[in-house]
Amino acid sequence: MHEMSMALSIVEAVETKAREEGAGRISGIDLVIGKLAGIQSESLKFCFSAAAKGTLAEEALLQVEEPEGRGECGECGRMFPVSFYYAECPDCRSLRVKIVSGEEFLIQSITIEDQEGE
Amino acid sequence: MCDTCGCSADSGAVLRKPGESDYHVHVSESGHGDHHHEGDHNHEHGHHHNEKKSRTIALEQDVLHKNNLLAERNRGYFEARNIFALNFLSSPGSGKTSLLEKIIPFLQKHFSVAVIEGDQQTTNDAVRIQALGVPVIQINTGSGCHLDALMVNSAVKELELQDNSLLCIENVGNLVCPAMFDLGEALKVVIISVTEGDDKPLKYPTMFHEADICILNKIDLLPYVDFDARKCRENAMRVNHHLEWFDISAKTGEGLPVWLEWIENKLKRR
Repeated sequence: MHEMSMALSIVEAVETKAREEGAGRISGIDLVIGKLAGIQSESLKFCFSAAAKGTLAEEALLQVEEPEGRGECGECGRMFPVSFYYAECPDCRSLRVKIVSGEEFLIQSITIEDQEGE
Repeated sequence: MCDTCGCSADSGAVLRKPGESDYHVHVSESGHGDHHHEGDHNHEHGHHHNEKKSRTIALEQDVLHKNNLLAERNRGYFEARNIFALNFLSSPGSGKTSLLEKIIPFLQKHFSVAVIEGDQQTTNDAVRIQALGVPVIQINTGSGCHLDALMVNSAVKELELQDNSLLCIENVGNLVCPAMFDLGEALKVVIISVTEGDDKPLKYPTMFHEADICILNKIDLLPYVDFDARKCRENAMRVNHHLEWFDISAKTGEGLPVWLEWIENKLKRR
């Protein structure tokens, strides 16, 4: 259940940013969760609604982009898509594959609504 | 509400010391358990808007950014004082504490050793380590399923660490979540025991991918269980071909000299 601590970290980070910007509320949050990041996006969304209660992000819509993993063969240098940590090079069959992307877990951007005029 | 000191910190980690029932420090960003909760500083901005406007602001911030920054601070502190920090990770019951109980008596003849114990509840493990005569602090994570860099940072402040020493951090027994949290350690040590399945590295690949060292424990039980040690190692290497591997029985001491020599070499070279 590390998704709950992740959800809390996200709420903290976006609230800090939104307050800096003087926002009234946060309406959207764009996340990038690589397929190899070890995060279940459904579970994260579930936790997020609890974590965001009573905060500026309470009504925020989570948009999640989930890029595929990419590996680079340590023998022949070929780049290819990987869906798991154990990957085999499609060319030379080597198992010495370095994961080059797909592990990212980022808050890309937030959409904020300014406070209503006083 | 915290039932020990009555503060409102109803979640969050607590530091404890074995045998000192009064000792009780909440892990908080403001430092030594004083309950000034941060955040909620609602600074008013002077500008007024007449209509509601929607804006998108780029952040491109790692969700674990805060933990990672703090982990790097821990790492810098360890490096400056030449402290070799190992983060021990495994499922519950694979023998993390037993392994520490076995190696510490040998290592402490030549080096100072300190231990941070992580569990949801109890100081049981810290009591076992304290019996060896080394400084130990227990982190109780409450509902938390892993240690994070802030907990370790707070625990380190309460431990009197020596220069040129070994710091063993025993994480909460869990093969999933602790893999995500950098604590500032030099290396991650994952332990698997032969009473588990030999496909564990495939079932929990993130942990084995993140680890630097894998210890196969309880090898004295191999004749009695359906565990293929060679297959397990193969599975682990498929997930992470950089893994250093040690076969050990914390109970009989088999394989221990090789692992001890490895640690001693790391400590001497520093």
